[in-house]
Amino acid sequence: MKSIRALCVTGLIAFASGGATTAFAFEPESPQCIAPSGAGGGWDFTCRQVGKAMQDQKLISSTMRVVNAAGGGGGVAYAEVVNKMNDDNDLIVAASSATATRLAQGAYPGNTMDQVRWVGTIGADYGVIGVAADSPVNSLTELMDQIKQDPSSVNFAGGSAVGGWDHLKVLLAAKKSGISDVRKVKYVAFDGGAEAVVQIMAGTVQAFTGDASEAKGFVESGDLKVLAILAPERLDGEFASFPTAKEQGIDVVGANWRGFYAPLNMSEEAYDFWVNSVGEVYASAEWKKTMEANGLAPLDLRGAEFEDFVRASVNDIESLSKEIGLIK
Amino acid sequence: MLETLSSLADGFGVALTFQCLALAFLGCLLGTVIGALPGLGPSNGVAILIPLAFSLGLAPTPALILLTSVYYGAMYGGRISSILLNIPGDEPAMMTTLDGVPMARKGQAGEALALSGFASFFGAFFATWGLVFLAPLLVKVALLFGPAEYFALFVLAFATLGGVASTNQAKAAFAAALGLAIAMIGVDSQTGVPRFSFGQVHFYDGIDFLVAIVGLFALSEVFVFLEHKSSLKKSDTSGIKLGRITPPLWMLRKTFPTMCRSTLFGFFAGVLPGAGASLGSFISYSFEKQLVDRENTFGKGDPRGVVAPEAGNNAAAGGALVPMLALGVPGSGTTAVLLAMLLALNITPGPLLFQNNPDVVWGLIAALFIGNFMLLALNIPLVGMFVRVLMIPTHYLMPGVAMISFVGIYGISGSTFDLIVMVVFGVVGWVLRKLDVPLVPVILGVLLGNLMEQNLRRAMTISDGDWGILFASPLSIGIWTVAVVGFILPIFMARRLRRKLEREVTASDVD
Repeated sequence: MKSIRALCVTGLIAFASGGATTAFAFEPESPQCIAPSGAGGGWDFTCRQVGKAMQDQKLISSTMRVVNAAGGGGGVAYAEVVNKMNDDNDLIVAASSATATRLAQGAYPGNTMDQVRWVGTIGADYGVIGVAADSPVNSLTELMDQIKQDPSSVNFAGGSAVGGWDHLKVLLAAKKSGISDVRKVKYVAFDGGAEAVVQIMAGTVQAFTGDASEAKGFVESGDLKVLAILAPERLDGEFASFPTAKEQGIDVVGANWRGFYAPLNMSEEAYDFWVNSVGEVYASAEWKKTMEANGLAPLDLRGAEFEDFVRASVNDIESLSKEIGLIK
Repeated sequence: MLETLSSLADGFGVALTFQCLALAFLGCLLGTVIGALPGLGPSNGVAILIPLAFSLGLAPTPALILLTSVYYGAMYGGRISSILLNIPGDEPAMMTTLDGVPMARKGQAGEALALSGFASFFGAFFATWGLVFLAPLLVKVALLFGPAEYFALFVLAFATLGGVASTNQAKAAFAAALGLAIAMIGVDSQTGVPRFSFGQVHFYDGIDFLVAIVGLFALSEVFVFLEHKSSLKKSDTSGIKLGRITPPLWMLRKTFPTMCRSTLFGFFAGVLPGAGASLGSFISYSFEKQLVDRENTFGKGDPRGVVAPEAGNNAAAGGALVPMLALGVPGSGTTAVLLAMLLALNITPGPLLFQNNPDVVWGLIAALFIGNFMLLALNIPLVGMFVRVLMIPTHYLMPGVAMISFVGIYGISGSTFDLIVMVVFGVVGWVLRKLDVPLVPVILGVLLGNLMEQNLRRAMTISDGDWGILFASPLSIGIWTVAVVGFILPIFMARRLRRKLEREVTASDVD
């Protein structure tokens, strides 16, 4: 971590000198994005793509430095930012629903969501629930009814661990459809969404839970039938044919958002700078293309609004996780 | 058939531009070097070069050509340090140490390198043809494998573990158990509960097998050197013979059937997502040993023991592209990184990739053929240069090994904690060497143990705890049968062999 610490120090110096001379807007001297995963992981791409967009749009004058700090499902980076880089003005950190989930479940030991500032989102991948194309089940309500009658007859397959986002959104939907004991809903964890879909095709499991972008290719090829998308309203383009859960009387929204957090004691100017910059990237035509390429749907939350959103989802996940006995 | 060939010809049209050829060459060269360096394997090699592909602003096809050349190159390169230094350059090359090192000690380093280079070419070349003609068919094979079948497959791998240890079976079993125990560390995905993490957030993701490999093999080698430093002196290197740098024809002829069989095994292991190249090279080696090792020469520098894992793991690399391209399911760490890259380039792998982006797929496949010939052309003449590594006095070489290990591991994760774990593994590796416990089964335990457990637990969840699911399909029964035979047969064979050996020994005593 020596290099990160060294960078942190240079960042501080940069701020001290910058703060003395400029009275107006803040501009980071050596902008840095921490990707709490290894090179090539999801958070790594978030950092690299947003960093490139910021530079292309001249929001930052130098290249965004991407630092990989893998470990503990993002927990290592979180602790590092809280403990050692708490007042770095040049820093943002990639985050997603998984970050909120782990914070809610205490999987970052000793850390809470109030120890950082939440900057904004750059899009969301809405959850879908699906079955094999030749399954007799045709709607989410039918599937839930089947679970009510015989919980052991439906195995959900998803790409995250038990207690992870793919699992939790099924439980949210189950609760809304009137299943009182969600612990009876069976979930099998696979390594990634595609592997889970393949098990649907192989017929070893009955239902799929994942993100819209993961399901897209298999819907086109005629292998998967999407019963519901967990979005507030139907999405555009290729996803328009997916009915929402809400349409079917199950009022549940499950978004796997992508965004950033920043150190807690960052100056107000710096925080505003990052909130605005993320907003500008989000609004650009170029980013619309990136979102389309990556299967990201609109989700535009920034600053205080985003902070409230994260708090609400942390609370939801916490109470749900207690209910299924994952945490005490 | 004809249609496929004309698509492939179109692919060559895409790949045979100056830019693509230059990128393929660069990728092969970088890949070979990355593969040879301990601590850097194909998956991080590809991950490291992704930013480069981004910043060069490459179009999808050239970017993929660069990255897959690195992938194939690293699969070739992994054998170099395995054979010369007893340090696997990456995890699938681990099995190559078993016979590669004894060959090098017998003064056949050159032969071993050249032969394994050719075996790599052979495996990769035919696996690529397999990818061309069998991809749609093989996808159906992958769909036959549910959690129960995967579990049986991993049991099969462990049942043939006896093939690895030629001396003491009990020690091999102990090493595998140690590996399985290490695999338990981290958050259990079927319950979400951290195990053996001691409250340390660093342990939540489990132990990275790369950290374990570099620690166990590379650092322990450095420790052994430090221990013997005073007794070795400089006379050490002068006695080393490098051997010829081309394999003699009889060696090629003798190993040819091995090459064919291993290519087949490796390719199928690669095709199954969630098995991968390590399983490919392991199964190729242990089956080959049980099939042809009549004189008990495996593990003592048998050329077939070098050919089997190399043909196997390179064939598996080609096979792993089948589920990656046709299903969007990565069969290995490297293909997972390639998949992420494809998504970033706005290409969704999956059942429709062959229809929607034929130029990308066929350009890629053509690039694999080109890369393969390039690698053969690069590797055989360079054998002479590689073997000179052995001429470097150990007191220069070992600090270099230590340095590359540390830089390689830190460069990937940026974690000082991983470095500490690596040093701990180094010490463990040194102790195990002292106790004469083989290191390969430890890594196999770490690599395969987790997958084996997860698949068992998945099967149990699906069946509501009914063990019958493990024997429910004809395929799983078939795999179990092979596993049982593979476990029992060598026990009887060994008894016969020992008797035969004893006879020979007494006979030679009489002489």
